[in-house]
Amino acid sequence: MGGTERKVKILVAKPGLDGHDRGAKVVARALRDAGFEVIYTGLHQSLDQIVHAAMEEDVDAIGISILSGAHMYVFPTLINMLREEGLDDIVVFGGGIIPTDDIPELEKAGVKKIFLPGTPLEEIIEWVKENVKPRTVSL
Amino acid sequence: MSTKTKEKAGLFNEEKLEEVVEAQKAWEEGPLAQEVSKHPERLPRFSTISDLEINRIYTPRDVPDFDYLRDLNFPGCYPFTRGVHTTMYRGRLWTMRQFAGFGTPEQTNQRYRYLLSIGQTGLSMAFDFPTLYGRDSDDPMSRGEVGKCGVAVDTLKDFEVIFEGIPMDRITTSMTINPPAIVLLAMYIVAAEKQGVSQDKIGGTVQNDMLKEFIAQKTWIYPPIPSLRLVRDIVVYCTHHVPRWNTISISGYHIREAGATAVQELAFTLADGIEYVKMGIEAGLDVDAFAPRYSFFFDSHMDFFEEIAKMRAARRMWAKIMRDRFGAKSPRSWWMRFHTQTAGCSLTAQQPLNNIVRTAIEALAAVLGGTQSLHTNSMDETWALPTEEAVTVALRTQQIIAHESGVANTIDPLGGSYFIEALTNEMEEKAWEYINKIEEMGGIIPAIDAGYPQKEITEAAFRYQQQLETKEKIIVGVNEFIMEGEELPIEILKVDPEVERVQFQRLNEVRRKRNNAKVQSLLKDLKDAAADEKENLMPIIIDLVREYASIGEIMGAMKEIFGEYRDPGYF
Repeated sequence: MGGTERKVKILVAKPGLDGHDRGAKVVARALRDAGFEVIYTGLHQSLDQIVHAAMEEDVDAIGISILSGAHMYVFPTLINMLREEGLDDIVVFGGGIIPTDDIPELEKAGVKKIFLPGTPLEEIIEWVKENVKPRTVSL
Repeated sequence: MSTKTKEKAGLFNEEKLEEVVEAQKAWEEGPLAQEVSKHPERLPRFSTISDLEINRIYTPRDVPDFDYLRDLNFPGCYPFTRGVHTTMYRGRLWTMRQFAGFGTPEQTNQRYRYLLSIGQTGLSMAFDFPTLYGRDSDDPMSRGEVGKCGVAVDTLKDFEVIFEGIPMDRITTSMTINPPAIVLLAMYIVAAEKQGVSQDKIGGTVQNDMLKEFIAQKTWIYPPIPSLRLVRDIVVYCTHHVPRWNTISISGYHIREAGATAVQELAFTLADGIEYVKMGIEAGLDVDAFAPRYSFFFDSHMDFFEEIAKMRAARRMWAKIMRDRFGAKSPRSWWMRFHTQTAGCSLTAQQPLNNIVRTAIEALAAVLGGTQSLHTNSMDETWALPTEEAVTVALRTQQIIAHESGVANTIDPLGGSYFIEALTNEMEEKAWEYINKIEEMGGIIPAIDAGYPQKEITEAAFRYQQQLETKEKIIVGVNEFIMEGEELPIEILKVDPEVERVQFQRLNEVRRKRNNAKVQSLLKDLKDAAADEKENLMPIIIDLVREYASIGEIMGAMKEIFGEYRDPGYF
């Protein structure tokens, strides 16, 4: 990371009622250990709360972990809400129990990447390094 | 490992034992050292999936003071290491109980009838997330989740549909439900009553284990104290009125799935059990009146012998806790009866057919560990809820173990193996260390407040993930033996998004037809009763359910009194 360039900041979020947080926490910790600034929302966040946290914290990316089956609702709705707030430059990625058939539609909706179960942490870290850059936030 | 004592209890003749120890030393220094210097072993260190180091070989040296009657005894005899029942599976096989439920109550009713028709012997209800959190299908937080992970339930009406044509006096039902357990149990009682079956005739289980929610599963609504008060109200009510109901299923499963080791699963589950026994006694019940209705629920993971040792150690420890610590007189209070589910977290999205093999190994461990009932996961569960074909294979796996493998012919066939006995002892010793530490913290509630079990589990989960990254541990198809460009060879179940609409419609119709004034006045009574810690809330919730009050209305009314719990979010 360059001297003056600020650290990439990532919000790891658990939307809705799904309580499976093992994956989210392991990924949050791995990203932190890899040198990113990581904020974890904790469980049971509404999409409003997630957008609000992203705005408050000026994050560069949001990683959504979802294992409940509600992904086809959660991702597109979140991306629309970000767009409405003018935050469409925040990179949205995610992982969880997501059938591969659903991935093209999610990508079309604006999700940058879906990681399936069993993805090595190193692969996620590399992807973030490659695809997430500090946003230029107008003050 | 146990220290050698001069106690006369040991089964081995002292002199013979010395001979074995000497001979083993000679073998290690002679042929073994020679072999290893020429051909090193595959790994510098062999360990279980929980990272417990495993020796090259086990001999009498590892169980020097083994005492058959003290450590094992006979099945059905204290401390029940070999099983809680006298004849175990020779008398009756375990209950084959597949966890199921999805979509609308109608779809779930069909699936249950199907499962009963193919030889399943008990029901196990899976609810969707809104139901698990006590929210109605039309609550804004429920969007996208209705009917996804289980069946959607809003009011008694849904229960009437789910159990249509299923005789509630002849089956037993397990409900995986925690914060709103009191509401779902009330629905079960009233639905049975409508079939003409009174509450003293129904049998089943509510999970009702809030402690493990705060530790691992994270399905909470209220803070710990009011959450435990609802647990207590169910225990007290059922002790008096629903004698065949298992009031708490003290669960290690979710603790393990969240990343705990086998020892942690064992220790935290027993620590929770201790707390629930204290709770019943504090509520004024005689320990032998309620403790026999507590049951347990464990995970069966991939490390075969570790799981068997865990289950054997669990039975022995609970017997000691109940007899020696709580002074229970009835042997039924000393019994640890448990349900087992194979490990969901061991299944892989890659090469899903391999999951059939994993589940078979785990199921075999549960049977050799002496489980009372068993759920076998389906091969497709890392992708979605199981299809009918997948769930049939999973049930057939149990039937093959029961009827073809021969393992159910004799009781605790691995008992007496040096390895199994040494590992059982080691699991027990390490679990006591955790339990003693928790006791020093003042019990599991202060320990949870301090985040102790949560942090231990998070650590263990991270450690295991690192072992996968470095390939110190191998998962076939995930970090080794990978197939590039793999096409998914199986069908995936999709839950129709229509479910949400159907459920809204039914809920609205119920709200229109019921006596709303009555519901409102009962909800007010509920709030008054909730404010008085001594009141048992079960009777009034049964009245509310009978009037078709919804789960969201009932849980929401109590939320006004009890408040909400927020995730501390350790990572």
